[in-house]
Amino acid sequence: MITGHAVCLGPDIDTDLIIAGRYLRTKDRSVWGAHVFEDLDPSLAGRLSGAVIVAGRNFGCGSSREQAPVALREAGVVAVISPLFARIFFRNAINVGLPVLEADLTCRNGDQIAINLDCGTLSSAGTIHPFTPLSPRMREILSAGGLVQYWREKA
Amino acid sequence: MSQTLTERILGGSAGEYIDRRVDRAYVHDGTGVLTVEAFHSMGVQRGMNPEKISVLFDHICPANNGLTADLQRELRQYARSGGMIFSDCGGGICHQIMSEGCILPGEVVVGADSHSCTGGAFGAFATGVGATDMAAIWASGETWFRVPETIGIKLEGRLSGAAEAKDLALSVVSRLGMEGATYCALEYSGEGAGTLDMEDRLCICNMGVETGAKNAIFYADQICREYLGSYGHDIALQIQDDCSYLREITIDLDDIVPVIASPHRVDSGRPVADLAGTGVDQVLLGTCTNGRYNDLQRFAGIVRGKQVKIRTIVVPASRDVLLRATRDGILADLIAAGCTVVSPGCGPCLGMHNGVLGEGEVCLSTANRNFKNRMGVGGSIYLASPGTAAATALAGYISEPEVWE
Ligand code: SF4
Repeated sequence: MITGHAVCLGPDIDTDLIIAGRYLRTKDRSVWGAHVFEDLDPSLAGRLSGAVIVAGRNFGCGSSREQAPVALREAGVVAVISPLFARIFFRNAINVGLPVLEADLTCRNGDQIAINLDCGTLSSAGTIHPFTPLSPRMREILSAGGLVQYWREKA
Repeated sequence: MSQTLTERILGGSAGEYIDRRVDRAYVHDGTGVLTVEAFHSMGVQRGMNPEKISVLFDHICPANNGLTADLQRELRQYARSGGMIFSDCGGGICHQIMSEGCILPGEVVVGADSHSCTGGAFGAFATGVGATDMAAIWASGETWFRVPETIGIKLEGRLSGAAEAKDLALSVVSRLGMEGATYCALEYSGEGAGTLDMEDRLCICNMGVETGAKNAIFYADQICREYLGSYGHDIALQIQDDCSYLREITIDLDDIVPVIASPHRVDSGRPVADLAGTGVDQVLLGTCTNGRYNDLQRFAGIVRGKQVKIRTIVVPASRDVLLRATRDGILADLIAAGCTVVSPGCGPCLGMHNGVLGEGEVCLSTANRNFKNRMGVGGSIYLASPGTAAATALAGYISEPEVWE
């Protein structure tokens, strides 16, 4: 079970907005978490610990940078919900162990959200919402903690 | 039932999850660092033939500071000692190098960069993946895909007047919207497709991802065959089946006019005429969208013998492009007109060096993306064709190419 408080965002949030190109040249992941959403709203980073981001359509469009979902995880985001994700971001998020769910919610900041990936249920402020189920392989990768861990288990 | 070209190459029907062998895989100096790190953390052996893997330095080339230089040094060593195909700084943009004879029809090509869809111009399935996915591909030589639904784009007629392939690409993105083709393949066909040369097709496929598409693809025809023939490949032609599309749109190339996308949305294209006169501080000719030989040629054709009024940066997409433009005098014409030529690569496209924008500055770029702050904090980007870029460089404000021809 994944639980967290909702942080609402608009549509078309691109990966440059999630983590700006100027912070990419490092292997120090904490840098990405510290500067997440800096060009969108610098106050956001402080509200992300234990958060479920509920975004508008087309979340994660643009560059293939995997630092974007890593930055969200580093900042404490536990899941992202959007009616539609850009496909590379979606795949990267699963690969770094960040649950991403396709669902259309009305978002209010602070609402309590609970997600059960195995049962396929999502509730927001007590109301149940449907979401597009993840493929069995995606669930396996997520439950391993990401693709690296998934491969380590296989190796 | 007949299949779309993407279904045919992947060997499955839309919606199916498949595992597929990867024919070629490439990374650049940015994503390569993370790929190697993920690969080591996985604790696996490389299963993929290193000769199928390319490591191509382009994003910050040559390095802009010590940190970048250190990361590049490690990756350079890794690529060389691992027997991978390696191109150092100055070789050019990864997508351009791959398109110089390294991608063949029917192949499955993955690049750790979102614009890896460029290679679909050759009738290949080419798509972008993240660094960790790439590490798993290095390990196993294969990956999983969900076979995408296909949106058919039927082209009729022929580009005319000042309209270029870029104007078509921007028109398609504006028509479909930034998420209009999310998860889909864009398949170009029709008689109009046969009037476009390979550089045009590369530019069009390059912008496929701006609609959210997984890949964009043209059928390999005689034009493709001749182009790849010049690199020593003899390819079979791909013939279109009578397939069914998720939806189909028809575009008459004769209707395409010079188009410009305004900050900060790539799908905001409208006729250049609507914005003529808007002030601009910098022009950028280059990137994986429009840094090819014919783009430099088109630009030089407009500025030759005149002087640009604003700072104008030219970044050839590859060493090959630079060499050709040097040998036939195009480069001299650009320099004489006042342009600044920088080393082949991504240049200022991602706002790291060689033309970063200052607060409030405006750039007209031939790139594919105009996200907020991309070329520098507080800077704004308009996207247009090389012809519009040349006209704008001469005027000092947004200007239609016709005015200067
Ligand atoms: S030229 Fe720009 S868009 Fe193309 S690969 Fe380089 S940074 Fe990306």
